[in-house]
Amino acid sequence: MSFLDRTLRSFLLTELVQGMSLTLRYMFRPKVTINYPYEKGPLSPRFRGEHALRRYENGEERCIACKLCEAICPALAITIEAEPREDGSRRTRRYDIDMTKCIYCGLCQEACPVDAIVEGPNFEFATETRAELMYDKQKLLANGDRWESELALRLAADAPYR
Amino acid sequence: MAEAEIQNYTINFGPQHPAAHGVLRLVLEMSGEVVDRADPHIGLLHRGTEKLIEHKTYTQAVPYFDRLDYVGTMNQEHAFVLAAERLLGLEVPERARYIRTLYCEIGRQLNHILNVTAFVLDVGGMTPLLWGFEEREKLMGFYERASGARLHANYFRVGGVAFDLPAGLAEDIAAWCDSFPKVLDEIEVLVTDNRIFKQRTVDIGIVSEEQALDWGFTGPNLRASGVPWDLRKSQPYEVYDRLDFDIPVGSHGDCYDRYLVRVAEMRESVKIMRQCLEQMPGGPVRVDDRKITPPPRAEMKRSMEALIHHFKLFTEGFHVPAGEVYAAVEAPKGEFAVYLIADGTNRPYRCKIRPPGYVHLQALDMMSKGHMLADVVANIGSIDIVFGEIDR
Repeated sequence: MSFLDRTLRSFLLTELVQGMSLTLRYMFRPKVTINYPYEKGPLSPRFRGEHALRRYENGEERCIACKLCEAICPALAITIEAEPREDGSRRTRRYDIDMTKCIYCGLCQEACPVDAIVEGPNFEFATETRAELMYDKQKLLANGDRWESELALRLAADAPYR
Repeated sequence: MAEAEIQNYTINFGPQHPAAHGVLRLVLEMSGEVVDRADPHIGLLHRGTEKLIEHKTYTQAVPYFDRLDYVGTMNQEHAFVLAAERLLGLEVPERARYIRTLYCEIGRQLNHILNVTAFVLDVGGMTPLLWGFEEREKLMGFYERASGARLHANYFRVGGVAFDLPAGLAEDIAAWCDSFPKVLDEIEVLVTDNRIFKQRTVDIGIVSEEQALDWGFTGPNLRASGVPWDLRKSQPYEVYDRLDFDIPVGSHGDCYDRYLVRVAEMRESVKIMRQCLEQMPGGPVRVDDRKITPPPRAEMKRSMEALIHHFKLFTEGFHVPAGEVYAAVEAPKGEFAVYLIADGTNRPYRCKIRPPGYVHLQALDMMSKGHMLADVVANIGSIDIVFGEIDR
């Protein structure tokens, strides 16, 4: 009986017909793809994208050159040079991130005691040249200014878990 | 007429071949269309992970494990974290253990979905890959919501996990557990009984029980050959001893069985994930030891002592007492293990990584001998190799 069953199924192409009808049904289901540059998928507040250096509300930069991020960075992507500013406060003279080395592990933002360096929600920062990926302090602070409203929201949303 | 002398010839199943699953360079000695010898050349993706880890603190070493098998990343982190914890003698909080188990199973799903569907793609069926990737996308969303990255999570830490699960995530994972078996059923409708798929896989690359043990197989490849060996059952770590699940075992050890075992494992994984979500207690997700885990940010900003601990942990890291340990986990591909030697400093003295794919790849010659060229592709697809971990 099982032999008959198997032969019949084989001749009637049952499994192929089943498969075909399933794919046909899929054609009428709603699409799951999104029209990427115009539509984007959701991102959580924890997403680790492009780096930014933040400022306080009065415009003063947050980074105090404690170099924790430089110390924890597994890829050695961060370089900091520091010296006291004219007003005597300790600030960085140089804050470089080599984005080609960075592995986006998020340890720098975990290490930062003043929430200065953060990994923001931006993941679209491809460049045409390699040199443009050597971020300096200016670029990072500009990123911070550009994304600040969102960065503050993300930090607030995730604060209870940190 | 003189008889023509036909010599064996060699072809390069080159490192850029899409069916080579990464940068596998396979030198095939062919006699006609039959494979005489398959010689895998590896090392094209070698990054010196083991040596690099000797120069990193224990916290810094974790992201390197994501980059070994980049398909189900947290399982690798798990092995390293377990090794360090055993040396430190840490007791990880309950909730962290459930979260780890849950995410290891998500990693298993990620891996098996990719492997099963890419395997089907290798032997000629494209649709399952597209459906599977939709599910992977959702799972990577869960990764991202917990850790902040879709693949290279850096989520497990020595002494727990980096952060607690955000509110609402557990419900979404539970909803996914309800919907996924249906997708799996649909993929099975397309593949399992399909005559083309069966012609390409049944009786191809048979590995007997004895051969599998001789060649050091682990994981689904070993179970497909009929050996019911799974580290989650045989030497349970984390909370696996409290969970109810079965070990699917094959009987024949061919490519088809390896496919079936992986599909069955995905169903078991869904069961495990559900149980984890049901049993998950509340509480902390990291050990409350300021010498190992950094203090919460709010405390760090108020308390001087916490700030000192914070600085100490992010510069020097913690010291692990001298000793050596072998910590193995049942990664989706097989037994992934870390042999860690600590010398009492803040860095590992030696960190040997045992990748399952490396062991499976060396059996490729044995499996492919006497088969057709096209069957080599099926064999590679079914043993589930990823070059990140083979080349390290």
